[in-house]
Amino acid sequence: MNSYLIYLNSKRCIGCHGCEVHCKTNKGLPPGPILCEISHEPMRSVRGVPKTEFQFRSCYHCEDPQCVPVCPTSAMQKRTDGIVFVDQEKCIGCMACQNSCPWSIPQFNPLTGKAIKCDYCYERLERGLKPACVTKCTTHALKFVRLVEV
Amino acid sequence: MVKSIWSMCGMCTVRCPIRVEVEDGAVTWIEGNPHLLDGALCAKGSAGLALLADNERPQQPLIRQGGRGAGRWQAVSWDAALDYVAEKLTAIIAKDGARSTILSCRGGPFIDPAKAFLQALGSPNFTDHDSACGRNVHHASQSVYGLGRADMAYDIKNAKHLVLFGRNLLEAMKVGEANQVLDMLDAGGKLTYVDVRQTVTGLKASRFFLVRPGTDYALTLGILHGVIKAETYDKEFVNRFTTGFDDLAAFIEPYTVEWAAQECGIKAKSLYEFIHELGQDRPRVIFHPGWMLARYHDSFYASRSLHLLNVLMGNVEIKGGQIIAKGAKDCGRKGIRNLVDGIPKSEEKRADGVGWKYPHFDKGPGLFHLFYESMQSGEPYPLKSLICYRHDPLTCFPDPTAQKRALDTLDLIVSIDTHYSEFGWYSDVILPESVYLERDCPISVQKGPKPRLVYRQQAVKPRLDTKPGWWIFKQLAERMGVGNYFPYNTIEDLWAWQLEPTGVKTADFEDKGFVELTDKPLIHDRETLPSLIKTPSGSIEFISAKLAKEGIDSFKPYSSPIKPPEGMFRLVVGRSAVNSHGHTINNPLLHELLPTNTLWINKRAATKLGVNEGDWLDVIAHDSGVSGLIQAKVTEFIHPEAVYCIHGFGRQIPLQSRAYHAGMSDQKLQTGLLADMDPVGGGLCLCEGFVEVRRSSKNSTRSVEL
Repeated sequence: MNSYLIYLNSKRCIGCHGCEVHCKTNKGLPPGPILCEISHEPMRSVRGVPKTEFQFRSCYHCEDPQCVPVCPTSAMQKRTDGIVFVDQEKCIGCMACQNSCPWSIPQFNPLTGKAIKCDYCYERLERGLKPACVTKCTTHALKFVRLVEV
Repeated sequence: MVKSIWSMCGMCTVRCPIRVEVEDGAVTWIEGNPHLLDGALCAKGSAGLALLADNERPQQPLIRQGGRGAGRWQAVSWDAALDYVAEKLTAIIAKDGARSTILSCRGGPFIDPAKAFLQALGSPNFTDHDSACGRNVHHASQSVYGLGRADMAYDIKNAKHLVLFGRNLLEAMKVGEANQVLDMLDAGGKLTYVDVRQTVTGLKASRFFLVRPGTDYALTLGILHGVIKAETYDKEFVNRFTTGFDDLAAFIEPYTVEWAAQECGIKAKSLYEFIHELGQDRPRVIFHPGWMLARYHDSFYASRSLHLLNVLMGNVEIKGGQIIAKGAKDCGRKGIRNLVDGIPKSEEKRADGVGWKYPHFDKGPGLFHLFYESMQSGEPYPLKSLICYRHDPLTCFPDPTAQKRALDTLDLIVSIDTHYSEFGWYSDVILPESVYLERDCPISVQKGPKPRLVYRQQAVKPRLDTKPGWWIFKQLAERMGVGNYFPYNTIEDLWAWQLEPTGVKTADFEDKGFVELTDKPLIHDRETLPSLIKTPSGSIEFISAKLAKEGIDSFKPYSSPIKPPEGMFRLVVGRSAVNSHGHTINNPLLHELLPTNTLWINKRAATKLGVNEGDWLDVIAHDSGVSGLIQAKVTEFIHPEAVYCIHGFGRQIPLQSRAYHAGMSDQKLQTGLLADMDPVGGGLCLCEGFVEVRRSSKNSTRSVEL
């Protein structure tokens, strides 16, 4: 059972792509790899107003992630709280994880030569903080949700 | 050990308050000040880290070696650069007087040392970028309230209905203001958006009017007509606090709602519905009077009409309306000291003619573009040097080629900036300022319903051989023999000197990064409104006494904008949420998000020209033949008479490898517009140029090269 979710209130999202840069700067990433992404469909007219909604995507932290078993060094792991993360010490940058992922979520970090992906900023979570994208979301449209079993 | 530093963002001129984390001398985290923004920050704000790490900015003082703009520089020490500037300036002043020196800056809260330097030299010619931005709005505001545009704050969060004429709030990206708009919408407020194209702000609108370019003024007249005829305005407010209403009512007589709808190309029924809603929602209706309105020949009058609509809504000095910005005095406190206060002002008349040739303009920063005329004519007196501090006129103003012809008449051009601006590249000397994370700034008062003292604190030592502005101007002043007006050696000295009358100490900023001058927002009682209005009559003026004195009409009969000739379009410009005009285009992380601009063109117009999405286009200025190359973005959500691009691209500085020649520069296509000024508002008319659009020969599909 996954414990967390990042939810986008698309009513408040203004497609400013702040989350993407908040994430990248927090992880020290250069241009290239991108760990979360805002996208939108082409505009269409709704009752006279051209409209579109923004969507947010990062790693889905699958219940049964395909990237974990294919990792030759067991660098890709799933925590008991559901977070799928890369142990940077063990990663050799072979990118088998990216090839196995239906959405090619894991990214190659050219600065380290290793894979990197959204890990809900678990180091921040452990300090009682929220993921970088949520903490700094320009319009507070992103929410970090702790899932509770009922 | 993590150190927390309070500062203000410097990625754009909004200057959102930030908290910066520093670990082992390196910035590791930037977030919006939690006390004011609850951590929120935009993409540009976070990309400040990439700016800090970037080496594609001036790394030490540079003195030009080859011809202007040739890009041959000699790297020199600060002493050598400052001595060079001071020697040149001294020789110029000895021959042509202090008045021959112009100093321009981008504007904002930290300009005191720059302004003080020029004032100490004895020149009246201080200026800024505003004639390509908000001058029309500012002068319109003064003509109605006797107060400038910065004297009005908008309580958007508590409004019921926000009306925006091309004011793209959600991409202009004042983080606090953007949140106010969304809070208003969350609370059930309405947003009416008017533009010649759809924007992110318009996406959130409950009503959208796609108008013919250049007809904003017509729409405001039609709304005024509708509101007055339906008698849905605040009569009590108008009777008590205004003069000249009858003149307005008589003036708008021919400008019916049907007429306006037809002129703008929208449905009269929708316009009537909108006017009906205004009656229901007032007084908590805000007509934003515009920000960058250096656009059309009647933009001053369009903005003035928007101000008048606010008055008819009776929204002045109420929750959910316009609140007159308060300063230290309104809180019963003493304000900070400014360097300029202790320096005698020059008695000379300004070379741009503001204050004597143009008595109706606000003397403050004058009008930059008018200096170009003076440079070339030598009237009213010769101009010999120009210092631009954080200002890039070659990106900001139209027609850089025409500007360079005027600049070539000067003996000295100096750029003080954090990055290579187009102006810096054309200068004789570049004095590189440290980027905002590397520098302290003087303390400043932020006026508003809840005025506060704010400061920018250095987070890390400069990576490169750069210096802060307060130091640079003090050094120059000392070399020019006027160092006595700069009573400080360190920033701590300056802060203490500024704060002395206020009773506030630098340590008081440590808690939150700012010092509030009042606990609660100051909204004065309606009864006291006349004491807050600063017009000659003491009332809100439908007919401006100041303009009347100069023989200028407060209302202008409408004249329909020229329709672009066949195959031509009106070139309109705007901005995106991920860059700030020209100055962030080369930022590695922002360049990744928006590497170039595109030309928005209406789908039907594109079909006629045989243009498809992504095609390369030649865009040709109709009066000069100057051309640009750009890819097409074909959309039905732009008016067929307009094409649009994001401003700031098409840069020509080889050392900015990412921005170099990326995208198209709109200002280069704005030929002939440098002298096209709204004579009443003082703003340039940047959207009065036509361009021809052709499918470029670059689109060929064959190549027979070996």
